[in-house]
Amino acid sequence: MSKTLRINGKTHEVDLPDDVPLLWVLRDEIGLTGTKFGCGVTACGACTVQVDGEAMRSCQLSLGDVEGEVTTIEGLGSPDNMAKIQQAWVAHQVAQCGYCQSGQIMQAASLLAENPSPSDADIDEAMQGNLCRCGTYPRIRAAIHSAAKMMQEA
Amino acid sequence: MASLKKIARRSFLVGSAAILGGVAFGTYKYHQPAPNPLEPGEGKAVLNPFVFVDQSGVTLIAPRAEMGQGVRSSWAALIAEELDVDPAQVNVIHGPAAKAYYNSAMMAEALPGRGYNASDFQHSLGQIVGNFSKFLDLQVTGGSSSMKDGFTRMRLAGASARETLKEAAAQRLGVARALLETENGYVLAPGDVKLSYAELATEAAALEPQEPELRPAAQWKYIGKPVPRIDMTAKVTGTAGFGVDTRIEGMKFAAIKQNPHFGAGMRGFDASTAKDMAGVEQILDLGDAVAVVGSNTWLAQQAVEAIEVDWEPATYPKTTDAIFAEIEAAFDGSANSTMRDDGDVDSLPDGAELIEAEYRLPYLAHATMEPMNATALYTGDALEIWAPNQGPTVVQKAAAALTGLDTEAVTVNTTFLGGGFGRRIEVDYTNRAVQIAQQLKGTPVQLTWSREEDMRHDYYRPGAIGRYRAAVKDGKAVMVHGKIAAQSTTQEGAGRMLGLPMSGPDKGHVDAAFNQPLAIPNFRVEGYIAKPMIPVGFWRSVAASFNGFFSDSIIDEMAHKAGRDPLEFRLELARAEWEPAAKVLETVRDMSGWTGTTPAGIGRGVALAYSFGTPVAQVIEVADRDGDIAITKAWIAADLGLVVDPQNTEAQLFSGLAYGLSAACFGEITFDNGAVEQENFPDYDAMRMPSMPSVEVAVLQQQKHMGGAGEPGTPPAAPALTNALFDLTGKRARELPLNKQFSLL
Repeated sequence: MSKTLRINGKTHEVDLPDDVPLLWVLRDEIGLTGTKFGCGVTACGACTVQVDGEAMRSCQLSLGDVEGEVTTIEGLGSPDNMAKIQQAWVAHQVAQCGYCQSGQIMQAASLLAENPSPSDADIDEAMQGNLCRCGTYPRIRAAIHSAAKMMQEA
Repeated sequence: MASLKKIARRSFLVGSAAILGGVAFGTYKYHQPAPNPLEPGEGKAVLNPFVFVDQSGVTLIAPRAEMGQGVRSSWAALIAEELDVDPAQVNVIHGPAAKAYYNSAMMAEALPGRGYNASDFQHSLGQIVGNFSKFLDLQVTGGSSSMKDGFTRMRLAGASARETLKEAAAQRLGVARALLETENGYVLAPGDVKLSYAELATEAAALEPQEPELRPAAQWKYIGKPVPRIDMTAKVTGTAGFGVDTRIEGMKFAAIKQNPHFGAGMRGFDASTAKDMAGVEQILDLGDAVAVVGSNTWLAQQAVEAIEVDWEPATYPKTTDAIFAEIEAAFDGSANSTMRDDGDVDSLPDGAELIEAEYRLPYLAHATMEPMNATALYTGDALEIWAPNQGPTVVQKAAAALTGLDTEAVTVNTTFLGGGFGRRIEVDYTNRAVQIAQQLKGTPVQLTWSREEDMRHDYYRPGAIGRYRAAVKDGKAVMVHGKIAAQSTTQEGAGRMLGLPMSGPDKGHVDAAFNQPLAIPNFRVEGYIAKPMIPVGFWRSVAASFNGFFSDSIIDEMAHKAGRDPLEFRLELARAEWEPAAKVLETVRDMSGWTGTTPAGIGRGVALAYSFGTPVAQVIEVADRDGDIAITKAWIAADLGLVVDPQNTEAQLFSGLAYGLSAACFGEITFDNGAVEQENFPDYDAMRMPSMPSVEVAVLQQQKHMGGAGEPGTPPAAPALTNALFDLTGKRARELPLNKQFSLL
């Protein structure tokens, strides 16, 4: 049951049953641990990745159903070369425990790709599936607005 | 008193020792050094080191759990302040489990007294009592205590290191130490001479450590200013290592199924389906639980789900109603404590109006975003654990007891924590990983609980009942008599942590009830302890999480009965008792533009709670949206006395609010047939982006003593919201969660 995946611009051959969720392929097979396990039932968004630019919950996306280029938090930017949205997160000192932030950023990046200057209501709509038990929402909102500006100025 | 103060000061002696190619600096405690945790080299001894300097540079040790509160950064800033290094430019590590990293401030919280009116004498005494925590191996992160604990000790460690390095430079250069300065990791000498700390390390190791005066506040560069968190870049790039991110060569992945009936055993299990499932390598009998080890966490989870287990039944009351009947029955016994007993509450003052109210709050789960997990490698004569934990020495000791190894043979590596909130002070999840590792000798194994397993096997915030009789007369509060019943987190949780039976009056049980800074002439608070039933533990702000709701709700009911503005009513009571409590109310009044009236369709509530040394006032605004209710705005004012990092403190305060609002709106753990009914976030939800109000925070620094930041934001959140809902709807919520009573957006 070998499957070829394109993740962050690289090709991976994976030999796992088709029903294994992408989340666990990334974490336990490929070693990309930036994508987090939170609930397993698409209720928290910690596992959010992008497939062809669209935010998806990797905990319920079976390996067999993955079609397209997968982008994880590691593919968005690195500590030495952060994406603008990650820079905005740092500028606003968003993260507390930080566990949900990979998913928050992947979701927000997908929103900004589709809507370069989202309103508060747009942000509410796009981000409601991403839980943060530390309650960092006010700073996430501010960082999304900042990132939108930074990306427009670029 | 003078001698007490002197002892308190002497308890922070500085020390240093040579290490391979360098030097370590730290503080001694009390008079007996704890064993050196870092084994720097043969025949050498280091005492609780916090600064290492060797050829490779400067390393600071911040041995507190980073669970979101920014402690690693703030702790490092305290050292850096005196050492003259940029916290962002040096290596900061958590360090190992060690007695030397005891928490001196947390035990001080257990001293008698209301806290807010403590004298300097009591604070000195508190420090001394705090030193005893070392004998209990309390290297723990909790009680909103990290900054109080490290504030003096860490600056002394940094200052001693700086002056000793300068002395080494002075001797090398043949100039007086007084002529030297330090900057960003270098000693500067006249004539543009610049020597790095690294190159002075070996010489410094041969010197007696210097014990300088600490710098005055006016010279601080980091303390009191926002310092960018050193973990931020890692946390926004997916590179921060949480417990679940531990990867060891040859590591296996495991899943577990435990008895939903707490403390009960396992009669047997049938793994015939599971054993042939994909990815399954081993099925393990853990005595009272079953585990699957395999090549992938999800495959292991699927297999463990497929195991049919015959569980022994629960031995405690099996339903929510039966459990609450037991809590209620605690009122029939004698009070465990009467921590406040002012005036006379037995007779109603002439002409006073009586208010009687009973409040009930549910059990609550912590629901950290990172489910419980730990990684362990057992080799027969040693054990290594990687875990997102709040108490490395507690984990170490428990693992040693479980395996029969000496504590020295157990290494504990503390990763980042994906939320703590008190859940990770427990050792059940590390012990489970150790049990599995014992059966996989020589193979590292990572155990990750499913969310369902995490939700249904917590140490819960106890369910609690508050019974109040109160009276107002001529617009004034004249009497409050509160009785509080719940299982005791102190007796059960601290007893479990320390391995000691706990008895006597339980102050923690009535925290934020007996010690509210309100001048009420007849004021009694009694604590009643319900028998152990459901496992209970430390949940952000502990008993203050329910007592804050009880004590502020009754005040709000009294204000309305008295026909007074709720904020002015509280302000009058606070002013007469403790000025800092009045100040936070005034601040939140001014920030929110409180007028005492709100337009139609808008409701506002205020609440005040003092806990963990910090008075916090909150105003919450709610709005009617076509019959649904939105929580739109929140204002928070808190007085922490002295703030190490204002940006971080602000985050802790709105985080505490969010945690409290999540519980108030959605949080409820219920029981049927002895098992928890909730399983995952769909039935244990929390605040989300659309439901979270916009928040403004004011951090004051006016009170005399340092207060905590991580927990005090939580207790006022629920009452501020229910008071606002009362203002909007006229309906008083005396029970939570609110989603069962209101249509919340």
